[in-house]
Amino acid sequence: MDKIPILRFGHFLLVTIQVDLYDRLALNLESDLIQMVSKTQARGVLIDISALSIVDSFMGRIIGNIAGMSKIMDAQTVVVGMQPAVAITLIELGLELKGVYTALNVEKGMSLLQSKISLPDEDLDNIE
Amino acid sequence: MIVVLNKESIPIDKEQDVVLFRNRVKEYTIKIGMGVVNQTKLITAASELVRNILKYAGKGTVLIEIISSGRQNGIRLVFSDKGPGISDVPLAMKDGFSTGKSLGLGLPGARRLVNEFDIKSTVGKGTTVTILKWKNG
Ligand SMILES: Nc1ncnc2c1ncn2[C@@H]1O[C@H](COP(=O)(O)OP(=O)(O)OP(=O)(O)O)[C@@H](O)[C@H]1O
Ligand SMILES: [Mg+2]
Repeated sequence: MDKIPILRFGHFLLVTIQVDLYDRLALNLESDLIQMVSKTQARGVLIDISALSIVDSFMGRIIGNIAGMSKIMDAQTVVVGMQPAVAITLIELGLELKGVYTALNVEKGMSLLQSKISLPDEDLDNIE
Repeated sequence: MIVVLNKESIPIDKEQDVVLFRNRVKEYTIKIGMGVVNQTKLITAASELVRNILKYAGKGTVLIEIISSGRQNGIRLVFSDKGPGISDVPLAMKDGFSTGKSLGLGLPGARRLVNEFDIKSTVGKGTTVTILKWKNG
């Protein structure tokens, strides 16, 4: 079965969605990601949707579910690279992505996550 | 007066049809030179309505038409199914109303995203939703 790769970068997980997803694939991604968060105790999830030209209420709900479940496991979710036309459309559709942060690109998303999370090592650095 | 320049009917009966159908609508929007924002609004509205067909009626068809008012061109989509119908259409059009334990955004959201929206439904007979988006609408 097709799978969307989930990459691990330290405390963060990164998923790049490259094509408009069939529903089953999107649902698989939701459960795979939630399992990965729990298994790796990740503190942040980055979902790169820059290649997505359409986000309807179904896809929006999946992103919301990922964020909600991750939050329960103490991880924050950032959606990166949302196309402007998609953002405008989501507002008019009336879909708010509650509990989801957004950033322009993966790099900005990473630093946003870093600022949201106090990682143990960095805390030590700050004390010195 | 509205003139139909081109039409095509697409059957909808399985989940995979959603993405295929969206791609087909996209080809038409490109053919008439619709901008990206309007394209995205129309295709998102269409995606919601085609999902409703699958979820509530199981199957149906969509008619895709390129239309012209003389002054400008647009795309008209007619979603028809022979499903259970909707007993209270004004209620179904309200944000947040859902019999499917969902967000209840599909119908009211789709209406906001297009220039013209029409819904006709008869309980036990089926539902027809027509939407229209002008190229520069
Ligand atoms: N084609 C249809 N046939 C029968 N009932 C329908 C149809 N489309 C919509 N409905 C009814 O209208 C209600 C509202 O539809 P709408 O698309 O706005 O919300 P939803 O499908 O419940 O949730 P969402 O689209 O946000 O996932 C549905 O719950 C359903 O009862
Ligand atoms: Mg719906």
